[in-house]
Amino acid sequence: MELERINWFRFSSVQAVYPLAGTLIPWFAALAMLCMTAGLYIGLFAAPTDYQQGDAYRIIFVHVPAAWMSMFLYVVMAGWAGLGLGLNARPSLMMAQAVAPTGAMFTFLALLTGALWGKPTWGTWWVWDARLTSELILLFQYLGFILLQAAIDDRRRADRASAVLALVGVVNVPIIYYSVRWWNTLHQGASVSMTATPKMAATMVTAMLLMALGFWMYSIAVTLTRMRCVILERERQTSWVQEMKVS
Amino acid sequence: MNRSGMLAALRGIVWRDLLLALRRRSDVATTVFFFAIVTSLFPLGVGPEPVVLRTIGPGVLWVAALLSCMLSLGRLFAADYLDGVLEQMVLTPEPLVMLVIGKAFAHWIVAGLPVVLLSPLLGLQFGLGSDSLGVMALSLLLGTPTLSLIGSIAAALTLGVRGSSLLIALLVLPLFIPVLIFGAGAVTSSASGIGAEAHLSLLGASLVFALAFAPWATAAALRIAVE
Repeated sequence: MELERINWFRFSSVQAVYPLAGTLIPWFAALAMLCMTAGLYIGLFAAPTDYQQGDAYRIIFVHVPAAWMSMFLYVVMAGWAGLGLGLNARPSLMMAQAVAPTGAMFTFLALLTGALWGKPTWGTWWVWDARLTSELILLFQYLGFILLQAAIDDRRRADRASAVLALVGVVNVPIIYYSVRWWNTLHQGASVSMTATPKMAATMVTAMLLMALGFWMYSIAVTLTRMRCVILERERQTSWVQEMKVS
Repeated sequence: MNRSGMLAALRGIVWRDLLLALRRRSDVATTVFFFAIVTSLFPLGVGPEPVVLRTIGPGVLWVAALLSCMLSLGRLFAADYLDGVLEQMVLTPEPLVMLVIGKAFAHWIVAGLPVVLLSPLLGLQFGLGSDSLGVMALSLLLGTPTLSLIGSIAAALTLGVRGSSLLIALLVLPLFIPVLIFGAGAVTSSASGIGAEAHLSLLGASLVFALAFAPWATAAALRIAVE
């Protein structure tokens, strides 16, 4: 299939996106199941026990991919928002709306697993480390996006206003990260350094990458499912949705 | 669109907003009073230990400045939005960005400058030394305009929205964090002898960055709100 042959602007119509999402969802869901099962098996059974941290370290197979996804999804969300504002394309803005809850979920998961891992390893649930703090603020930004989206009744305005917010946020995230890092280093030496990790065994890296890939596929599947719900909810008055109900 | 016309528009907006604020003096007084009362609550909550108060003083003053700036953000565009003036402003041939800069500047004079002037007095409550008080006022002088500029984005996004005053807080506080860190950090590091130059430079950089980008985001948000 030649890429030039596809008329990409066809997908600026939600009516074209809806069936496409429907065809893609099972594939991504299956890939997600496959990768996550393999990743969890390797991570929980095949990977060797860490001589320092014991079995507690195994939570990183969820924690690190979740943290990666939380940041990646914010960029994806801002990308869809920028595309939607630039091209005035409604499906792009709907995609931004559909990505946000998954991103917030992964951010929360990263914070939660981080705390669960921190207690046995560092002896504390929480430290004001640069990464932890910026992850927390990332969660606030996701929630702000979702709340702004929900607070405005006019859908077009809600989409566009929250898109502006997502773009402002994506500029802000690196600034926050560096400001918190400087704040921490200027005050006191970082009590825990996560950059100087010991070299990991190859099986551990494999498990982590598989889990990250699985989370990625999961995010696509869930986002597309949510996208279909958003489309149905907003287009419920149109004739094509009504016809679907009959059949 | 010539330059003198743009500057005249800018001056006109600033003058008009200041005049409006002057006619409603109680609004300005509320912001300042809020700043004073919040900072006075902390010694009552934490206890009167001078060492503790000196440590938390800069942070408390800065957080209170953030909150009082945020409280007055709701008024930045709301009145003009309700009586339709904002729509007319969007339609004028002068660039909307100039209007935003003018309104943010007027907001800073009304909400930011009193906080800057009052901060040395309130800093005395926390036993800050004279050096720290100077750095405190200087950091607020550099930081509060940034707050007005960033805050204008959130104020424009939440125009006419249900529960907008609470929503502004949720949207804007995460964006204020870098300013808070640099601002409170300047006072703390000058007190500990490191020198405040690095933090003050970063505050200045934030101001320039916000001045370059925030008015455009606000203008886009205003267009979305009135369309």
